[in-house]
Amino acid sequence: MTIGPSRVIGVPRRRVDGRAKVTGQTRFADDLTLPRMLHCRLLRSTVPHARIRRLDVSRAQAHPGVHLVLTGADLPIPYGILPVSQDEHPLCVDKVRFVGDPVAAVVARDELTAIEAVDLIDVEYEPLRTIADPLDSLAHPEPRIHEYGDAGNIHKQVSLEFGDVEQALAGADRVFEDVFFYQGNTHLPIEQHASVAAKDPDGKLVIWSSTQTPHYLHRALAKALQLPAAHIRVVATPNGGGFGGKSDPFNHEVVVAKAALMLDRPVKICLTREEVFYCHRGRHPVLMKFRTGVKRDGTLTGMHLQTLLDGGAYGSYGVASTFYTGALQTVTYHVPAYRFEGCRTFTNKPPCGPKRGHGTPQSRFGQEVQLDKIAEALQIDPAEFRLRIVERPDTLTANYLRIGTIGLAECVHRVTAASGWAEKYRRLPRGRGIGLACSSYLSGAGLPIYWNDLPHSGVQLKLDRSGGVTAFCGATEIGQGSDDVLVGCVAEVLGIEPFDVRAVTGDTDLTPVDLGSYSSRVTLMMGNAAIQAAERARDLLAQAVGRKLDVPASRLVFADRRVFDAEQPGRGVTFQEAVCLAEAMSGTVGTTGSYTPPKSAAKFKGGGVGPSPTYSYTAAVVEVEVDPTTGWVVVPRVWIAHDIGRALNPTLVRGQVEGSVYMGLGEALMEEQAFRRLPARLSGALVHKFPSILEYKSPTSLDMPEVFTELIEHPDPAGPFGAKEVGQGPLLPIMPAVANAVYDAVGVRIDEVPITPDKILKALEAARDGKPGRYGPSSFPDIAWPEPLRVPPPWEGGDGRAVNETRRPKPTATGAGREPAVRS
Amino acid sequence: MNDRRSGGRARAHLTLHVNGEPIDVAFDAYKTLLEVLREDLGLPGTKHGCELGECGACAVLVDGEPVLSCLVLGVECEGRPIMTVEGLTTDGRLDPLQDAFADLGGAQCGYCTPGILMTARALLDRVPHPTREQIREALSGNLCRCTGYQQMFEAVEAAIGRVSAGDAAPGRPEAKS
Amino acid sequence: MMRLPEFTYHAPRTLAEAAARLAAAPGDTLLLAGGTDLLPNMKRRQQVPKAIVGLRHVAELQQIRGTGALQIGAGVTLTRVVRDPAVRAHYPGLWQAAAQIATPHLRNMGTIGGNLCLDTRCTYYDQGHEWRKAIDFCLKKDGQVCWVAPSSPRCLAVSSTDTAPALLALGAKVRLVSTAGERVIDVADLYRNDGIAYLTRRPDEILTDVLLPDAAGWRSTYWKLRRRGSFDFPVLSVAAAVRLDAGGRVAEARLVLGAVASQPLTAARAAGALQGRPLDDDAIAEAADLAAALAKPMDNTDFTLVWRKRASREFVAYALRELRGDDMRNVRLQVARQSLDHVA
Repeated sequence: MTIGPSRVIGVPRRRVDGRAKVTGQTRFADDLTLPRMLHCRLLRSTVPHARIRRLDVSRAQAHPGVHLVLTGADLPIPYGILPVSQDEHPLCVDKVRFVGDPVAAVVARDELTAIEAVDLIDVEYEPLRTIADPLDSLAHPEPRIHEYGDAGNIHKQVSLEFGDVEQALAGADRVFEDVFFYQGNTHLPIEQHASVAAKDPDGKLVIWSSTQTPHYLHRALAKALQLPAAHIRVVATPNGGGFGGKSDPFNHEVVVAKAALMLDRPVKICLTREEVFYCHRGRHPVLMKFRTGVKRDGTLTGMHLQTLLDGGAYGSYGVASTFYTGALQTVTYHVPAYRFEGCRTFTNKPPCGPKRGHGTPQSRFGQEVQLDKIAEALQIDPAEFRLRIVERPDTLTANYLRIGTIGLAECVHRVTAASGWAEKYRRLPRGRGIGLACSSYLSGAGLPIYWNDLPHSGVQLKLDRSGGVTAFCGATEIGQGSDDVLVGCVAEVLGIEPFDVRAVTGDTDLTPVDLGSYSSRVTLMMGNAAIQAAERARDLLAQAVGRKLDVPASRLVFADRRVFDAEQPGRGVTFQEAVCLAEAMSGTVGTTGSYTPPKSAAKFKGGGVGPSPTYSYTAAVVEVEVDPTTGWVVVPRVWIAHDIGRALNPTLVRGQVEGSVYMGLGEALMEEQAFRRLPARLSGALVHKFPSILEYKSPTSLDMPEVFTELIEHPDPAGPFGAKEVGQGPLLPIMPAVANAVYDAVGVRIDEVPITPDKILKALEAARDGKPGRYGPSSFPDIAWPEPLRVPPPWEGGDGRAVNETRRPKPTATGAGREPAVRS
Repeated sequence: MNDRRSGGRARAHLTLHVNGEPIDVAFDAYKTLLEVLREDLGLPGTKHGCELGECGACAVLVDGEPVLSCLVLGVECEGRPIMTVEGLTTDGRLDPLQDAFADLGGAQCGYCTPGILMTARALLDRVPHPTREQIREALSGNLCRCTGYQQMFEAVEAAIGRVSAGDAAPGRPEAKS
Repeated sequence: MMRLPEFTYHAPRTLAEAAARLAAAPGDTLLLAGGTDLLPNMKRRQQVPKAIVGLRHVAELQQIRGTGALQIGAGVTLTRVVRDPAVRAHYPGLWQAAAQIATPHLRNMGTIGGNLCLDTRCTYYDQGHEWRKAIDFCLKKDGQVCWVAPSSPRCLAVSSTDTAPALLALGAKVRLVSTAGERVIDVADLYRNDGIAYLTRRPDEILTDVLLPDAAGWRSTYWKLRRRGSFDFPVLSVAAAVRLDAGGRVAEARLVLGAVASQPLTAARAAGALQGRPLDDDAIAEAADLAAALAKPMDNTDFTLVWRKRASREFVAYALRELRGDDMRNVRLQVARQSLDHVA
């Protein structure tokens, strides 16, 4: 078959769901109203760590208009996103673990009635010591927040070594040691989480929910409610922003499902903004230490990274997050020997989890700021330095990540040229500065959350005699444009218009499984599955049309809603006729496609986090203006180049890049998930400092700089039409680039995020007093790390296995789901 | 205007003028315009992200000016022209702003979009040819977490002086940008 | 969704009727103008009035009158204040203050009277009911302790109005009306340095007008510190007004700090230090030091208190340099994230 020039792919287009969004017709979860619908509110803990001594709901139950009050006793089975951390209950059983942990639920005729009734629930708590931060967790193994984990209040400790790092550092001309801190922050989607659950007319459960991962919610509901998954339907409504914050199954989802089943009436919940802050699952606060050895010419000899994560009160994706803080250091630059130790602790705060960049922005910040320091010490231009050490394409890194295409060098060239780097770096007047940083991100996690051998994404196509095509896929539209990718890929292969293709997505009754909108996996995985399904459909049509026209199928062209002979374009049929011919020839036309990522080269325990079919690359230059008297900092301009492989719809790709820059600047300059510790007489209560969208500072239109975006397009063989990810990677270089620019402007190092005026001023004052012009953590604690798993890197003859690992039998289950995905 | 349903809450009965139509409506008297629109008038196009006046998602036009419907009492809206995103489309034609936002990436998740469109509509009604700085200022009360605002600015600029192209005929509607 | 508690709503048509409604149950009845302060507080159950008196139909409150001196009805929206040519021409400090309040939407709703009566703010207080329960509430509402400074006998919530410092610097007065009559007081006398009883307005009184004196010969300005270009309340503000004599010396000066106490703080000594001197660098530095010494920011707003204290000196200097005639556009652009010219 001949494929004509691209009609759809690569052309800036209106997204397929664009009209719905601008007319207000997109139906988000809270927009749904069903007959006889009731409303749910949760009572949340007002203490950070306590046993529930008494819970009396009788007054709430008696309140007029109340239909049901649920407590932990009604839902005893725990769940959680990772098989290794099944530590959440829909409503707390016996114990609360942070201010905001749900304790009871009221279902009433309207929301105000439910609010009134929640206030009538009496709870008595027996306070336990509050564990406030990781140092607290390390110092106080008791009282334990959870009865599982590696020890005391340590949730997870990991230790990996790829080559002899001490020897590598000994062989360096210089070893740089730096400690950084990255404060936690949250997703802040403008849509608050909402769910509507109901019993469908034949008695099965259906839930519409603002979730990024309907498949994982499906599994969690089956477990928590003890129902066969086949009798549960999860519909992921379009998400009003996700950014990772709607990737866990949430307690409110289980609660409304249970209530709907018990009452046989639809039940809705829409969280308040304060409650969204309690759902959190956002960026982990991370303290980290880098020891990096370099030769005089800039060559890296080895790197030793240690990270300490503040996990909050539950596991969430935390085990994966911990590995991610050390996974991608090797993907950007060649690191011949690498050691990583990570530790996640439980604390009495809302649980942290995956936010855009999942676990990697923190250590990317440290790495890129340290590179800036190294470049200065070695008197090499930071751009030139990075170009010297950039990793090579088609290689296997020290930690066995298989890299495909790398456009990083070109990204660096493009942003330095566009920004006038050579004329500006170290040449701008005091108070103005410019900084560079680079990054890389996965195009989809190579392994699923629960261990199985099944495809990660499936697409079904239905073609009928109307000429219409319906594409079914479990992927979830969270604003990133996944419906558009699905439709675009199908339309391109079949030579029809996107408007001819209907997308049905994110519905476990109707669509084949896609694992969800996380880890930047959808474009690559769903896209490949869609292409496969469309190519199979095209083959069926081509056979039928070829027979009708007496032309070899291989000579047929699909374009302009026609199927025609490449040698005689006038000879052909309409697309609709082609479908009819195929239907007549071989019956109803339906095809499937699926995608499973290639097997990882990493065979060691923990090697499940980091592998990806391919990686995207980004470089950014940020310009800042800093007032040396107050430390006030403004970012007027950002230049960013992203190695996308191929932009399927450039309008959407640019939107993802600019949106990443926006979110990165928020993290760099102002966003902070901060907590307040109260005096001992309030049991040291630990409360979210300001769970509001006013005091959690998200940049406004006036705070957003001009962004100059360049897309680097060298199609990657692993991607659909060559595409790689764009949703997360472009966020990563922004924070370190801001820090490096601040140094260029006023000569002080802010080794901590967010970079605020008071910190800059403190560093400036320190410099004035003859002390190091720096603000940041002074040390990394002594942690008793486990013996590392020693994995010889590929260039030392390694085969991806640890030499000191006691091996378990490889699981063969298909979807049993009892084995941890992050094989840890 | 207030009465009390049996055993229940105080109710308001009044006539609202929404998107050019007078509508008799009865609602719980404590409700804000946001709640009345979404829950009592079946107009869920207007969104909410905080209900405290801190995000701009619920912006609608009252008396032609953008206001936050989460902080307007329903009982204070009688007789005042109210316009929501559902009223932007006239005779099946999209407003030029809607076309531009759809074509140019102005809407990603689409959740802040109705509030932004209403705000931008009011700007263009008052200042037909705004500068980038005026657009930036006018939209400074609408938070967006997806776009970084730049494609919104470009969409507003593209809509300046543009006559509605209408809903494109089925066929090649996407071939617009 | 956050929901309002139930209340009885009254919509008087005249000031007399409104005053009578208020007098009938002054403790349980609250006035509603733009709603941008009261309604969020009600949703968070910080204020739970039995009845609300809506002022939007009281025509007497909606007017801007006068030439020379200016009278602004309390119900005039902040957008109308910003768009009023007389305000912009003669009272730039008020214009700058109003133009930087919250967001365009909130200025379309909020009124100048409402902004003057704005509830004091505090990160221990401006929280939902459940959150406040977690800290066992606070002195300002339902609790016993001011968590900002637990030994403090009084509430330390912060005066967060933008227009009050500007109007104080301009020497404005306000009119208060009740069924018992009316009184006109200096804006300065409207406030008390107490986070709870921050207004001297009696519960039965309605603030009806702002009275601005003729500004001939005066220059005025307003500088606001906040994290973002919009939305945020001030965490420090400086309002300044000076009248220069023919020789360019300060004949009269007023300096006011906002958002660093429970009331706007008049920096009389700092203003006095300018008296009779040209606005040279020395005079500005001395006044800035004196004014900044007054600022006692507490840990209950955005930004660290030490840094806010440090910034206050610079902000006073920005204000005085602008009054001197320095080109402060770039500093303004960095601080406010915009030149205010696009606000309208």
